[in-house]
Amino acid sequence: MFGSIDPALLVAALMVNSVPVMLAATGELVVEKSGVLNLGVEGMMIMGAICGFVTAVVTGNPYLGFLGGALGAAALSAVFGVLTQVLQTNQVATGLALTLFGLGLSSLIGQSYVGIRPPATGDLPLGPLADIPFLGVAVFGHDWMVYASILLVAAVWWVLKYSRVGLILRAVGESHEAAHALGYKVTRIRMLAVLFGGAMAGLGGAYVSLVRVPQWTDGITAGAGWIALAIVVFASWKPWRVLAGAYLFGGISVLQLNLQAAGSAIPVEYLSMAPYLITILVLVIMSSGRGKAALAAPACLGQNFHASR
Amino acid sequence: MKRRHLLATAALGLGLVFGGAAMAQDKTKACFVYVGPIGDGGWTFQHHEGALAVQEAFGDKVEIAFQENVPEGADAERVLTQMALSGCNIIFTTSFGYMDATNAVAAKFPDIKFEHATGYKREHPNVSTYNARFYEGRAVQGHIAGKMTKSNKIGYIGSFPIPEVIMGINSYYLHAKKVNPEVELSVVWAFTWFDPAKEADSAKALIDQGVDVIASHTDSTAPLAEAAKTNGAVIGFGQASDMAEYKDGPRVSSIIDNWAPYYIKRVGALMDGTYEQADAWEGIAGGEVEIGEITALVPAEVKAEAEAMRDAIAAGTYHPFTGPINKQDGSPWLAEGQVAPDGDLLGMSFYVEGITGEIPK
Repeated sequence: MFGSIDPALLVAALMVNSVPVMLAATGELVVEKSGVLNLGVEGMMIMGAICGFVTAVVTGNPYLGFLGGALGAAALSAVFGVLTQVLQTNQVATGLALTLFGLGLSSLIGQSYVGIRPPATGDLPLGPLADIPFLGVAVFGHDWMVYASILLVAAVWWVLKYSRVGLILRAVGESHEAAHALGYKVTRIRMLAVLFGGAMAGLGGAYVSLVRVPQWTDGITAGAGWIALAIVVFASWKPWRVLAGAYLFGGISVLQLNLQAAGSAIPVEYLSMAPYLITILVLVIMSSGRGKAALAAPACLGQNFHASR
Repeated sequence: MKRRHLLATAALGLGLVFGGAAMAQDKTKACFVYVGPIGDGGWTFQHHEGALAVQEAFGDKVEIAFQENVPEGADAERVLTQMALSGCNIIFTTSFGYMDATNAVAAKFPDIKFEHATGYKREHPNVSTYNARFYEGRAVQGHIAGKMTKSNKIGYIGSFPIPEVIMGINSYYLHAKKVNPEVELSVVWAFTWFDPAKEADSAKALIDQGVDVIASHTDSTAPLAEAAKTNGAVIGFGQASDMAEYKDGPRVSSIIDNWAPYYIKRVGALMDGTYEQADAWEGIAGGEVEIGEITALVPAEVKAEAEAMRDAIAAGTYHPFTGPINKQDGSPWLAEGQVAPDGDLLGMSFYVEGITGEIPK
């Protein structure tokens, strides 16, 4: 059935393929854990893509490119933060507008960067590890961002679960009134979470324009931000499940392309819809539990907070 | 005093704007609907070049307007209606998926001319269709691919399984096979016209399976960028646009869509009153399909053969679909020496003999 597909190369492609979505989804998870729903992930990702690209091309340094991408997207998310947290606009509408704004602004910034090649992001030399049969090709032959993204997921998981910062963040997301009563600065904490989410989406976007498709074209992220949003829900707001979800989505899209290239008889439509079917299934199972608690969504998700209320 | 002065200036300005708008009615307004961004470096980029050529050719006498990234489907109808209401005299809809929307909106605006690229439905007298014989260019690329492959595996990234794309795959394969009987073709359907990440992934999937020549029927330069990562092991072709930025790397030639002559001709005809409904299908001979420079990576004799084929097609002495050709299931399609009728090509829904795999339905 798998014909000429090399499993090691498949795993390798899967790991690379999943990085942008995984980074963006991890950032969005933190944002949503703090009780803010930012639907502008796609816009922030593409801002990260162009800001990262421009920085890398101008400085000639791909590492600075990633930094520039994170900062650019964080700057865009700051717009969202000010609008929703300070000026109390509707989060859903503002998030959607942020995507449109990001798409337009990135196109404007990128006009003179079409057709340029960015400096290459090198593979991380892992020495003898790369010579291990199968694993060497599949797991240890990647650029450093692949490993950094996994470390970031681990860090977010640890912070949310074990640290005081994580506890406060979750408290703000579950009940901003209570957190406020305890003396925590709800708006400030959420603002920081939004900035972090923007930076992570920007890293993901920069990965697209610097590594996966090393070039700039308008609309280069092509909907990855929306998949990231779906993965947060799919993962029921748990970091490791974000990683699993990103690998599932990324893996199936890689697998279906490989199956086609190998001339498999499995209709590609089934594979293409598989991740979405699974997401719906997970949602159905989660909502069949005991009301909202079973949904695992932060209780204050999407609600604005103002101290005077 | 100052404020009044300001108001007067504003009123004067408004007057100028409206006066200008009234004068604009004498202009011919040509509008373009694009499926991707004009910065895609491929399909939409070339259509926009055509639009700019119209502006250049007629100067002040025409006004052009365009909208990028218009989704195919219900949204297209809304955009088209909006354009029709905004005073467009002729509207070019530049993707296959706009076919039904174009015909539906054309029914409501009989005085406005609609031109649909790559479609076949002309349900109203004000709808024309135009296309380019890209399969002629694919024949030339197929020849190069067959000669250049070392692994005897060549790949093709398809967008959607429509006749236009299937025709290109068949033409590409036939001419690769003709010069290299060992050649095997892998087709990956991306189900998108423009998604650089997915196009890159498709190219990667092909490369991972040993393919060393990649052609694509999607709109971005991403497959070439992916091929560039192999340090010369994999070559590819520019699609729709020359994609010259990859000339020193994987791009060995290209198919260039040059829409400018057609756009200038049609807008010109509308302006001097000679406009008629048309079903245009030009190729290399008409200048709509151009073969981009074949680079030094290709051996001189292969380059000469490819250019000879290009010239023969242009002169009308060679048709890429000349029999004997069988369909994939072995049933005969074209007899010895028979040339494919245009109708067969425009409705093509089968692979030719030798291609494995199925066309998605």
